[in-house]
Amino acid sequence: MKSHPSPLARSQDAQMWQPKRNLSKWSEQLVKYIFAAFALISVATTLGIVFTLIFETFEFFREVPIFRFLTETQWTPLFTNAKFGIWVLVSATFMTSVIALFVALPVGLLAAICLSEYASPRVRQWLKPTLEILAGVPTVVYGYFALLFITPILQTFIPGLKTFNGLSAGLVMGIAILPFVASLSEDAIYAVPQSLRQGSYALGTTKRETITGVVLPAALSGIVASFVLAVARAVGETMIVTIAAGSNPTLTFDPRVPVQTMTAFIVQVSLGDTPATSLAFKTIFAVGMMLFLMTFVLNIFSFWFVRRFQEKYE
Amino acid sequence: MMSNMTNPTMISDSHAHTQEPALKMEGVSIYYGSTPAIREVYLDIPPHQITAFIGPSGCGKSTVLRCFNRTNDLIPGAQVKGNVFFHGVNLYSKKIDPVEVRRRIGMVFQKPNPFPKSIYENIAFGARINGYQGNMDQLVENSLRKAAIWDEVKDKLKESGLSLSGGQQQRLCIARAIAIQPEVILMDEPCSALDPISTLRIEELMQELKAQYTIVIVTHNMQQASRVSDKTAFFNAEATEQGGKLGYLVEYNDTVNIFTNPKQEYTRDYVSGRFG
Ligand SMILES: Nc1ncnc2c1ncn2[C@@H]1O[C@H](COP(=O)(O)OP(=O)(O)OP(=O)(O)O)[C@@H](O)[C@H]1O
Ligand SMILES: [Mg+2]
Repeated sequence: MKSHPSPLARSQDAQMWQPKRNLSKWSEQLVKYIFAAFALISVATTLGIVFTLIFETFEFFREVPIFRFLTETQWTPLFTNAKFGIWVLVSATFMTSVIALFVALPVGLLAAICLSEYASPRVRQWLKPTLEILAGVPTVVYGYFALLFITPILQTFIPGLKTFNGLSAGLVMGIAILPFVASLSEDAIYAVPQSLRQGSYALGTTKRETITGVVLPAALSGIVASFVLAVARAVGETMIVTIAAGSNPTLTFDPRVPVQTMTAFIVQVSLGDTPATSLAFKTIFAVGMMLFLMTFVLNIFSFWFVRRFQEKYE
Repeated sequence: MMSNMTNPTMISDSHAHTQEPALKMEGVSIYYGSTPAIREVYLDIPPHQITAFIGPSGCGKSTVLRCFNRTNDLIPGAQVKGNVFFHGVNLYSKKIDPVEVRRRIGMVFQKPNPFPKSIYENIAFGARINGYQGNMDQLVENSLRKAAIWDEVKDKLKESGLSLSGGQQQRLCIARAIAIQPEVILMDEPCSALDPISTLRIEELMQELKAQYTIVIVTHNMQQASRVSDKTAFFNAEATEQGGKLGYLVEYNDTVNIFTNPKQEYTRDYVSGRFG
């Protein structure tokens, strides 16, 4: 007999139904706590990172006034006459990212539409996994692809293109993040219920009108999410720009010359032999903080955008 | 080209068979891939009347209905053989653009499927895309009024169509279909997801709409068929040698005859609930 007889009257064939749940109260609780613990680990890690960032950034700004950080036009923290103009790095990150997004967003979205709406099931069945494999290629490969393959090609018709340059790095970075955009947008577009498409066709609309008028607005949140991820990846992308764009901090929007992005700078310092207590070392946290803020603002913006414009179908 | 408004016999309801049919099927067989789903249907749909399709599940009522506005074209592998005429014009001839067919022959689906847009946009969408030149606000209001839902939504036209109840959503979908001013409205079990009150409202609505539109409705509800329709087509399916089911039209007549004096035994069994 069970230790806790149910207050409900016993049903007819009671012996036939003996759920083995003697320990269930315990195990249910235990499972709950285990999951909570794992959730906590991820939250704690994130918080830890943010706190380290904030703390070290604070340390940095005790030595370098934030005014200098925001107004100087040179970035030479490793020199004796150190200059800390963050915009030098931001401009490079901005430029390479914009170039990358010009490739990744339109091509990615069009590829997603094509895959989801126009491709035959067979083609889709092959292309989708291929895309996902492409997304898994290590970025260091893309970096050397840019440096050793794309740059020489570009040099044949762009005069003044240096060996290290923002253009080639940006273009290849666009190719590298394109699969993410395509795959995630495709998921979002494909998930739009067939009944909405039918409803639209039944009103005498063409395929194009149905896609632009009904399917894309309904998939907007997923598409924007994929765009935001693309931007975040472009801004945070490290290997490609380190390898192909150079390590030459210059305040410029000329895509033909070497530049140094924020991430490339962080790599440079952490790979070098800068002592961990030095000011130069603390700069990487300040730069990291800047990166963090940029992605954070972007996320908030996209959150607002989606809330404002999405046509929720559920 | 397709107007029949001058037909004098239209005034008389009881002599429907003397009118020129709005839609006509001639030897229509339908295949999904290589499997036949429907064989050799001959059928005339009279204008400004309600025609009901009844029959057991899976016998192909929806499949036949979808032929009338060429939505079978959208199903990969679906094939229609035979001819479907809309006021004498073959809908499946090469010159016909299916998009225009669907503009002229509207459809309401079994599950309400309003767009995730505002109530206003739900109505305006089709009209705008089809280049409606008139006053859009007026069109939206008229369509919602005709679908007997205006009073319920007039204060919240900006809210999402999905914020409505199932019955309201279905009437919104009817309004959406009306808004592009079709000549025929096809309804595939429009009330199957609705409560009896909403169902009744939609039935009343159909009675009002038939003055302006030709309506074809698929229903599993015998009472509904006998209540609302003027003509009834009974479909059934027979087992094929391959082990599949092949649908065919068993009997087609005035609703009164189908329900009180059916010619076929199958029909009699089905409408009296002794089917098995
Ligand atoms: N998209 C499709 N692809 C393949 N076969 C289909 C498709 N739609 C319907 N069929 C087949 O065609 C036959 C008729 O289906 P249909 O949906 O027209 O029946 P129905 O009479 O409308 O049934 P119900 O009353 O359940 O809605 C069924 O055997 C079904 O399996
Ligand atoms: Mg059906």
